[in-house]
This record gives sequence, structure tokens and C-alpha cells, in this order.
Amino acid sequence: MIAPPKPDLVTVNVDGKEIAVPKGTNAIEAARLVGVDVPYYCYHPKLSVVGNCRMCLIEMGMPAVDPATKAPIMDPATGKQKINWIPRPQIGCATNASPGLHIRTNTPQIKDCREGVMEFLLVNHPLDCPICDQAGECKLQEQSIGYGRGYSRYIEQKNVKPKRTQLGPRVMLDDERCILCSRCIRFSKEIAKDDVLGFIDRGSYSTLTCYPGKQLANNYSLNTVDICPVGALTSTDFRFKMRVWFLKQTNSIDTETSVGANTVVWSREGVIYRITPRRNDEVNDTWMADSGRELFKAVRAADRLAAVKVDGADSSLELAVKAAADLLKAAAGAVAVVGSGRSSVEEQFLTAKLAAALKAPAQLVSRTGEGDKLLVSADRNPNVRGALVTGLIAKLPAAKLADLAAAIDAGKVKAVVSVDEDLAAAGLSAAQLAKVAVVYLGTHANATSAAAKVVFPTLTVFEKSGTFVNQQFRIQKFLKAVPGPTGAADDLAVLSRLAGAVGAGPVPADLGGVWTVLANEVAALKTVTFANLPETGLLLDATPFAGLPFVEGETLHYKPAAPAATA
Amino acid sequence: MPAPQQRRIIFRHIDEPGYTNDLACYVKHGGYEMLKKALAMQPAAIIDEVKKSGLRGRGGAGFPCGVKWGLVDRKSGKPIYLVVNADESEPGTFKDRYIMHQDPHQLIEGIMISAWANNVKQAYIYIRGEMPHGARILEKAIAEARAANFVGPNILGSAYGCEIYVHRGAGAYICGEETGLIESLEGKRPYPRIKPPYFPAVLGLYQCPTIVNNVETLCHVKHIVEMGGDAYTKIGTPNNTGTRILCVSGHVKNPGYFEYEVGKITMGELLNEVCGGPLPGRKFKAVIPGGSSAKILKFGETFTLKNKDGSTRTLTVEDIPMDFDTLAACGTMGGSGGVIVMDDSVNMVEALANINAFYAHESCGQCTPCREGSLWMKKITTRMVHEKARSEDGALLKSVADQIAGRTICAFGEACSWPTQSFVAKFGDEFKAYPETKNAPKPAGALDLV
Repeated sequence: MIAPPKPDLVTVNVDGKEIAVPKGTNAIEAARLVGVDVPYYCYHPKLSVVGNCRMCLIEMGMPAVDPATKAPIMDPATGKQKINWIPRPQIGCATNASPGLHIRTNTPQIKDCREGVMEFLLVNHPLDCPICDQAGECKLQEQSIGYGRGYSRYIEQKNVKPKRTQLGPRVMLDDERCILCSRCIRFSKEIAKDDVLGFIDRGSYSTLTCYPGKQLANNYSLNTVDICPVGALTSTDFRFKMRVWFLKQTNSIDTETSVGANTVVWSREGVIYRITPRRNDEVNDTWMADSGRELFKAVRAADRLAAVKVDGADSSLELAVKAAADLLKAAAGAVAVVGSGRSSVEEQFLTAKLAAALKAPAQLVSRTGEGDKLLVSADRNPNVRGALVTGLIAKLPAAKLADLAAAIDAGKVKAVVSVDEDLAAAGLSAAQLAKVAVVYLGTHANATSAAAKVVFPTLTVFEKSGTFVNQQFRIQKFLKAVPGPTGAADDLAVLSRLAGAVGAGPVPADLGGVWTVLANEVAALKTVTFANLPETGLLLDATPFAGLPFVEGETLHYKPAAPAATA
Repeated sequence: MPAPQQRRIIFRHIDEPGYTNDLACYVKHGGYEMLKKALAMQPAAIIDEVKKSGLRGRGGAGFPCGVKWGLVDRKSGKPIYLVVNADESEPGTFKDRYIMHQDPHQLIEGIMISAWANNVKQAYIYIRGEMPHGARILEKAIAEARAANFVGPNILGSAYGCEIYVHRGAGAYICGEETGLIESLEGKRPYPRIKPPYFPAVLGLYQCPTIVNNVETLCHVKHIVEMGGDAYTKIGTPNNTGTRILCVSGHVKNPGYFEYEVGKITMGELLNEVCGGPLPGRKFKAVIPGGSSAKILKFGETFTLKNKDGSTRTLTVEDIPMDFDTLAACGTMGGSGGVIVMDDSVNMVEALANINAFYAHESCGQCTPCREGSLWMKKITTRMVHEKARSEDGALLKSVADQIAGRTICAFGEACSWPTQSFVAKFGDEFKAYPETKNAPKPAGALDLV
């Protein structure tokens, strides 16, 4: 036999192809590595294995050894070690790689097993695909192409079960479609730690339900919809809104907190319909919080800013840039810049350029909340670490702009540039706001946009591309899913023009341009390029910031540094 | 040739006039002497005797008890549990019930000996939900035994102690499956566990090493201690040692329970001589030898079996000795010892409809083939009997059953598909002709359909 290439790797044989996999890898994953598809329903890589769907049945064999001497028994026909095949098919999900494990997935027996399970799963299934939201992303549909019979042998009455059970505020259950795989039950128990789901009744009449008096209401409930392989669990928000095959998928990042959960934004013709998690085993596994899925609703909110304003009157980008520059130059030496922990790395970089040109101090506003130890961290800004990396700030932000307020009161600050931060919410009084000339870049109307001399409407995270640096100092990119509203301008374009107009010299005005400069000017990004950034992100060197008192506690894949580790 | 005499070891006192199920009566008949003897032995020596005895489990699978005990993980540092499977639910089986009702202390003594042999500190009797009377009797017997220091701490003055708890099921056949039983005992739905990794001997009750034994099996342990493993092997036939209780029900003159040395009585002797033969004017048609999940045997069919020396022998159903190995060689199993007899008044489609209804009702619903297949088969046979039957239904039934057997988490997949497979294989003509014959007048004495 081939010796294992590494101590923790074992060589397994899948349909005649040998591959080295980490010990304990199950047959489904091992087969995936050699390009062999083993169909399954109940198995999920991030949940416990229960083996109840029986779709992943495989033939399993082990190299034969003499029971007494442990010497290999050779097969004279092939000259290789004989394989003892177990006659009874085994479930791939619970068959773990051990040295010499042999798997067969392409035999008549396995074909028959899969076709049998497929037929059984459909006999009591309502086959209401034409009105089912899961259609197009349904495992039953997919696998019936490969293993379905094309006609039904079932002439009996189908079981009747509840069609509309509201399990919680965001999740609807159709019990007739449920194939009883128990993924949602395991997720609630094992990941969300909110054990509220279970089966009642037995046999084919088994029915998924909430425990009496309980609701599936936790902030992760929509993950059950994601992992439901069929149309049993649907999102009350997305249900009946759009066929999934019409939707464009764009990779994005959840901006709710510094966890930076990887997401997919689903849109059609410039309208976003839903956000789902994207697998990243280093960040969010396959999960995301329900709250993050709502964020796209801000895109088409009624209070969205959509016109450049100077002194309250509609203007053009050119005139507004000139007006803002005049105003800032007039207040030279008495300008403050408030950047944002919600801006992208690129925007923060240009904000820093602007602040430098104005010789103005830059600050951020912190946003904190309670972490849930899973995918909502205490830091509700997605990109504070980006501001550290780009040098926009050197120390962690405070929740209130107390220093700025004092400086305004003392008359030391006469103009403020705010990048998407509501200064009123950050602690400035109406009187203080009235004392300074405000240049505001933002997406939604608020007290600051109302008080500002110049307002630049900018883009939400869904309307532009860029990067965030999450709590692990992992730089991750998000891509433009939909176009911004008419009248809004790209933040980079506005920042670039403003900086240019106040004397920063040539400043790149788009993402590609910023990245050509970033690599030269930011040490941590020296070897990083936007185009080549992996989908799962890239860890940056965090050592320059090791001593900072970051606010996050432990989350799914993040452990705060020990407090003693100061430089 | 007259039928061999019963050899009542387990059932020695069952139905004996004047024998009561209290402790005094049991002790008067020599009860708990074997516990005293066992406590004076090394635990390993008891395990050795059980291994030597060749005792095979009486619950259904016939797995060697000594081997089962040998598989227990004794190095984990975790407690070892003994679980008594008293969930006797297999249709046609009614032996454990009599032990518990009439001789509960025999079971308790068997439990305590086995517990001592395996260093068990806590034993559980999982009793079928439908046996509330048995549970009360056991509770009372355990209390008596505890008061007499046969159960509990410092048994008979020794340093060893073991407690027995009675746990009542809630009425589910699947709780007789050992891992389903363990889940139920833990307070969960009795979904059988996947093996690997959850072999009870390693990861059983509360993820600790666990021995699950049938009631009758544990009673045998007491007698093995009494006579020694070697002497026990002299009872019965090689590899099929000891006695076993056969529960005969159905169309015979004298149904009931009978204890015979394993393999020393044939099916023909059992039914014709012991049970008095068929009812007047009837003929035997078929028999299920080991509980309703065992494959059916059709009177008139023959089996050609290989002898050890390479020659062959041909057996009729009547010739089959009631042991584990020959029944298995004939394509069925000794199972739980429930012998269900059907005579020529029985329509096999209707009989199968009854069995299928049972298994569809009892499928736990965890894994796909059994959950969907058992109900599908029930719906087919119910439709055949009560609505429209089609000549192709037999073939469809077999195909559905073939898609279940061997592909499920637990043995229920076989339990629910073997009846269908064997009924259709052996009585296929009857299934094919059923659309025409179903409305024909029933033979005199045939049971009404339910």
C-alpha cells in the first residue's frame, strides 16, 4: 500500500482513485475531493451526523489482513492487497477515513439504494414545486434528476400534514414538504443553543414542530431555512417574492458587526431580495444572524439621500465639491474630520488623505452592543481595524465625540467633514452643530445631513465594491450587487475630488486606482491586491495593534487576545 | 415417536400450583443461592462460565451473550450499565411476561449475578409500556429483594452494591431495539442510534459502556452459575445450547408456551404433538417461527441444507429443529421464539395486511426507507383488502420491501420487510389471484377482516 504522505493523513480509495485525506474525514467529503458526488440530505458539514436520510449509502471495504498474524492478504489476480467489502451498504456521512478505506459509489447496488431512497422521499411529498419557494434550489429536485424514476408507482393517498405553521416570526413551516432530515433541529440545539424544535408523532406521520409554548425566534432562525434541503422551511420575508433562478448572486460581507460574516446578496434588475450566508470556515462557517439579512432594506428606504445639496438647494457634484472646498479652506486650521468604521478600507484611506491635506485630526465613532458569542460581536462597526491599518486613526474610537464637542465650544473647530456619521447621534448638540460648517457624505437623512452646508449622497455597501478588515484582521472583499440610486455618487469619487480640491495632490478616484496606491503606502497591504484577494479573505499582520483594548469578546472563530499581551 | 418432554429450567415454577411471586416462596425454592455462590466467585470467572456455556441471546438476534459481555469497554473509567430489555413487543411472543409476572425474583437474581460479573452498579429494567402489571410486580419484588439485602448497597454483607430501577416504556415497539431503548431510557425519542459509532458496549446509556440483555437471557445466567458453563452446553445442541421458550399462537388446538432444549424438538413435533395439530377439518398452511418479523415458512416447501461433511439433507417444514442455526439456514430465524401458525382458512394477503399495519404503526420515522416504505406497504395491502386489488401489487410490494431491507439504521428495516418479502415470494400466486378471489366466500371459521 501507499504509505501515508503525512502522519495525520490517511490514504483512502474512492471508486479506484486514491487520495490522502485527514484522518476522520467522512466518505462524502473524501469523495468530494476526488470529484465524486455522493448525494445526501441530512448530512451537514457543520452539524452532528445522524445518518437518517440514507441517501449517501456507499459500499465500504477494508484491506484484508490475516486475523491471526495481521499480515496482509494479497489478491493473486491483481497483486494488491485483497479488499474485504462489507455486503451491506454503509452511510457515507458516518464512514470515517481510516488507512486503506475503500469506497465504491458507482455500483448497481448503490444506484439502486439511491433510487430507492429518492422514490421513498417523494411518495408522501406534495410535489407542489410550481408554488414552492425552494424550487430551483431544492435537493429533492436536483437529486431526482439523477436518481428519480420519472414516473410514480405510488397510487395510494398521500399523507396530509399542516401546510402553514408559523414556527417563529421569520420562519414558516410546510410539514408536507418536510423530509424529516432533522437539520433544523440539530442547528437549533447545537449552533443556536436554542433547543425549541422537535418531532411529534411517529413513522411517516412524524411532524416537525416547536415545543409547546416555544417559538423559533432566536436571531439565527433563518439559518434553518438556509439548511432546509427542501421547501419545508421558508423565510416569511422572502416567501412568494421571487424565483431564485432569476436572482443574481453577489458576494458580500455582513456589515452588522466586526465579525464580517461572508454573505451572498441575491438581486434582480437592481433590486435586492435576500441575503444569505456564504461559507467561510474561518469566519462564519455556513451561518449568519437574522438581523444581518435585513440590512438590504436600507437600500430602498424612504429617507435615502439622492440629491447633492449646497445650503439646502439641489446642486451638482462639481459645484458642491467647489463649495465644500471653499468652506474647508476658509476654515483652514480649524477643520475636523469624522471618518467611519462602516466605511471600506479604500474609503478610509482616502478619508485619511483628505484629513492630511486639511491638517485636520481624524476620528471615528465607536458603536458597541452586547456580543452573542456566535456571529454578533460587541463591535458593531465592521471596519474599525481597517481604519487602523490605513492609518486613519491610531487609537480606538469612543462612542461620543467629546473632544470635538469641546473644541467646537472653544471655537477651535469651525468646519467638520463627516463621512456617514450622524454627529448629533455621536453627541454633538444642535447648538454645536449650528456653530460649525458641516460637509456631509452619507446615505440616509439624519440631523447632520439636515444641518450640513454641503451634502453628498453616497452608496450603501450593496452598491459599491471594497474591503473590510474584520476582528481577526482578516481583509475581506465585498462586491457591488446593485447600482446606486440616481443622484448618489461613489464615496471614493467624492472623497477623491474633495481631497484634490483642498490640495492633496493627485488622489485616485476609483477602486482600482486606490489599490495601486494602497500597496505602496500601507505596509500591511504591500502584498495584497484587490483582484487576487481570496474569497475567504486574507489575514493581515495584527502585531502593530496588539496592545489596543479591542472591545470584542469571544465569537465563533475569534478569541480576544489575552489582556496581558501588551507590547 | 412421541415428542420429547419439555425441559423447564426458566419456566420450572411457572403455573406451578402454590408457587407465588413473592420473595419467601422464591427463597423457599432455593432462590438467591446462586447470587451467594456468584458473589464468592471472581467476576471474570462468571464471564468465563457464560462464554463457555455458549448462551445465545433470547431477544431475537441470538447473539452470544458471553461475546457481548466481552465487548464491553472496561478501560474507559466510566460506569458500566446493565439494561434489561423487557420490552417484549414482537407479535407472537409472550415469554418474558410470564417470567416477570410469576417468577420476578428469578430475573432479579439473574440481573444481580450479571451485574456482579460485569462490575455494574446500576441496572435498569426497561419494561414495555403495555405491561403495567408486570412493572408493579417487579417494583414489589425489587423492594423485597432490597429489604433482604439481595439488591442495593453491600449485598449480602459484601462490599459490592448494585441498584435496580424499573423504567416503563410508553408503548413503542422500537424501544425493544437496544439503542432505541437506550435513547428512551435517557428521556428522548427512541430513535435507534447509528452504529458505528454508538455501539452500546462502548457508547451506550449516557455514552457509557452498556450491556443490554433480554429477560430470558439473564435468567439463563443464573442457571449457568448453578450448573457451570460446561454442563450447560450439554443441554440443547452444539452452538444452540440451553433451553428456550417457544410461544405458539394461532391455528393449533393447544396454543401456549413450552420450554424445550434448543434444537431437540422439530416444528412438526411442536405443532402436531405438543400443540395437538391443526383445528378440526383444517390443514396447516404456513408458520412464522420467530415472531412476526421472521420470514414465513410454507408447509409443503422443502429446504436442502449442507451438512458439515459436505453431504446435503432435505428438510420439510415439519422436520426443522427449533434452533437458531437451522432456522437461519432455512432462510428465516428463531427470533424471539414466537411461533405463529396459520391454517388454510387464512388468506395470505389479508394476513400480510395485518402485519404491515403493525409495522407501519411502529416505524419510528427516523430513517427514510423504513419510514416511507413501511407505510407504503401498509397502504398497498390495506387497499388490496378493502378497496381495489391489482394483480401487480405483489410485485410492487416485494420491490418496496427490497428497497428497505439492509438500508436502514436499525434492524426494523428487516423486521418490516421480511414478512412482505417472504409472503410474496412464497404465496405469490395468492397475491396475483387476489383481485379475483377476494370476494369469494370465506372458508368456514375464517376470521373477519378488521
